[in-house]
Amino acid sequence: MNESMNFSLITSEIFLLCALCVIMIVDLFQRDKERVLTFTLTQASLIVLFVLGFNSLGAERIISFDGHWVTDELATVLKLSIYAITFLALFYARSFISHRNLMRGEYYLLTLFSVLGMMIMVSANSFLVVYLGLELLSLSLYALVALQRDSSVASESAVKYFVMGGLASGFILYGVSLIYGATGSLLIADVAKHFSENSIGLVGQFGLVFIVIGLSFKFGAVPFHMWLPDIYHGAPSSITAFIASVPKIAAFGMTMRLLSEAFGQSISQWASMILIVALLSVILGNVIAVSQNNLKRLLAYSAIAHIGYFLLGVVPGTQESFSAAMYYIIVYALMTLAGFGIVIFMSSENKEYQKVTDLRGLGRYHPWYALLFSIVMISMAGIPPFIGFWPKLEIFRNLIINGYVVEAIVAIAFSVVGLFYYLRVVKEMYFAEAVDAPEISSSRSLKIAISVNCLLLLFLGLLPDSIYQYCLTAFNLMG
Amino acid sequence: MLENYLPILVFVAIGLGFGVFLELVGYFAAPRKDVEDKLLPFECGFDAFEDARHKFDVRFYLVAILFIIFDLEVAFLFPWAVVFKELSWFAIGAMGVFLGLLVVGFIYEWKKGALEWE
Repeated sequence: MNESMNFSLITSEIFLLCALCVIMIVDLFQRDKERVLTFTLTQASLIVLFVLGFNSLGAERIISFDGHWVTDELATVLKLSIYAITFLALFYARSFISHRNLMRGEYYLLTLFSVLGMMIMVSANSFLVVYLGLELLSLSLYALVALQRDSSVASESAVKYFVMGGLASGFILYGVSLIYGATGSLLIADVAKHFSENSIGLVGQFGLVFIVIGLSFKFGAVPFHMWLPDIYHGAPSSITAFIASVPKIAAFGMTMRLLSEAFGQSISQWASMILIVALLSVILGNVIAVSQNNLKRLLAYSAIAHIGYFLLGVVPGTQESFSAAMYYIIVYALMTLAGFGIVIFMSSENKEYQKVTDLRGLGRYHPWYALLFSIVMISMAGIPPFIGFWPKLEIFRNLIINGYVVEAIVAIAFSVVGLFYYLRVVKEMYFAEAVDAPEISSSRSLKIAISVNCLLLLFLGLLPDSIYQYCLTAFNLMG
Repeated sequence: MLENYLPILVFVAIGLGFGVFLELVGYFAAPRKDVEDKLLPFECGFDAFEDARHKFDVRFYLVAILFIIFDLEVAFLFPWAVVFKELSWFAIGAMGVFLGLLVVGFIYEWKKGALEWE
C-alpha cells in the first residue's frame, strides 16, 4: 500500500519529538541535582513508545510520504527492542552518572535524540532518510561520549569517534551519490527496481562498495574496527553500554534497508564482501580479546567478534538467514548491555573499574553477582541453555544449508577460542585467590537492573522462541 | 543514464582547464622580481603583528553556531512568505512547527546562558 502524508504512521516519532521538547524545557527549570523528574519523564516516554509500538504489531506494510517512509513488521520489532534496551540502559546509567558529575539533563535528552534517530533509520525507505536518521543518531552519540568534559580519555575518544564516524558517514554518502548517479533515484524501491531490470554496472558497483565500507565502519567490523576498542574503553562506562548495544540494532535495520531491499538483486556482489569482513571480524576479534586484561577492551574485542557472527547471518541472503541475523543482533544488544553492566556495577564512586583481575573474590564475597556475571559470560560464549546459544545456532544452520560449510567451521572453531577469554573472567571470579572483598555498587536500581538483565539471558534462553518468533514474523516467515 | 551527466563533465573540464590555463599564463608571462618585502605576509600595510594560528575564545564558535540556526530560519521564511497565500493554513501549521522547535532550542540556549558574553 502506498499513502502520502499520512501522519498517523509516524505517531511514535511525533510523540517522541514532542516529549523531547517538553523534557528539555522541564529540565531547564529544575533545581534538583538528581534529575528525578527528567529521568521519570524520559522513562515514561519510552514506555509510551513501547505501548504505541506494541499496538502496531501485525499491521500491514505501508509505504508513505512519497515513498520515503515505510512502516512494516521489521521496523516495529526493531523499534520495540530499541525502546526496551534503552530503557534498561538508562537504569544502569543512573547511579553511575550521578557519581561522576554527568547527571545532567543532556544525558537523557541526547539518549532520546539518538533513539529518535534510530527510529528514523529503521523506518527509512530512501537513502536520504536513512542518512538523516544515521546523522541524528551519530551526532547525539558523539556528544554523549564527550559529555565527560574533565576526563582527557573521554575527550580523546569523543574526537576519535567523531572523526571516524564522520569518515564512515562520508563513505556512505559518497556511495549514495554514486547510486543516485547510476539509477537517478534515491528511493529504495526505485533503486531495487532499476537493478532488477538492468545489470549493476561499474558505477553501481562502486556505490555498493562504498556503502558496504560505510556500514562496516559503523558496525566496527574488521578491517574497519580500529576506532572501536579505544572508544568503548575511553567513553564513560554507562555510555559505552549504550553505544555498544542499541545503535547496532538500528544499524541492522539500515543494513536490511540498504543491502537486502535496495540491492536484493545484486546479492552476489555484496555477499562476498560481507563474508570476508565477517570472517576477519570473527578471527581477529576473538584472537585479540584473548590477550586483553582490561574488561572494557575485552568486551570491545568480543563485540567485534559478535558483529562478525552477525554479519555471517547476513551473508546467505535468504529471508530466513536475515531473521537469524536479526535474532542475533537483538540478543547481542541485550548481552552486551549486561557485559558493560558488570563494568558499571563494579565501578565504585571514585574509581573506574578496569582490570579483569579486579573481579577476584567476587564468588566468595558476593556469590549472587558472581553467578549473574557468569551467566553473562557463558551466554556470550554461546553455551546452552543461555540465550547466546540460540541465535548462533541459527546463524550456523543457515550458513550450512546455504552451502557455506567451510566458513561455518571456521566460525565455530573461533568461537571455541572465544570460550577461553569468557571463561577466564569466570575463573577469576571463582578460583583466583582474593586479597580482599571487591567493591560493588550500592545503588538499588542498579542491582535490580543488572539482576533483571542477567536473568533475562537465562529465561529467554529457556524460551528461545520468545524473541525469535518476532524476528520470523518480521520477515514473513510465520504462518 | 550516465550520458545525462556529460554536460557536467564538460563543465568540470572547461572550468578546470580555464583555471589552470590562467594560472600558467600568470606564472610564465608575469615578470618576477622577488624582494624580501614582497614575500612577507601582508597585513594592511603594517608589519605582521602575530602568527595567524592562535587560540580563539570558544564563545566565538558558540555565537557562530547560534547565528547559523537563525540565519537558516530566515532563509526558510523567505520562500515560505512568497508562496504563503497559495498554501494558506497548511503553511501556517508547517512553519508553526518549525518555529516552535526553534523556540524550544532558543529557550534552552537562553536559560543555559549561551547568550551571555561574560
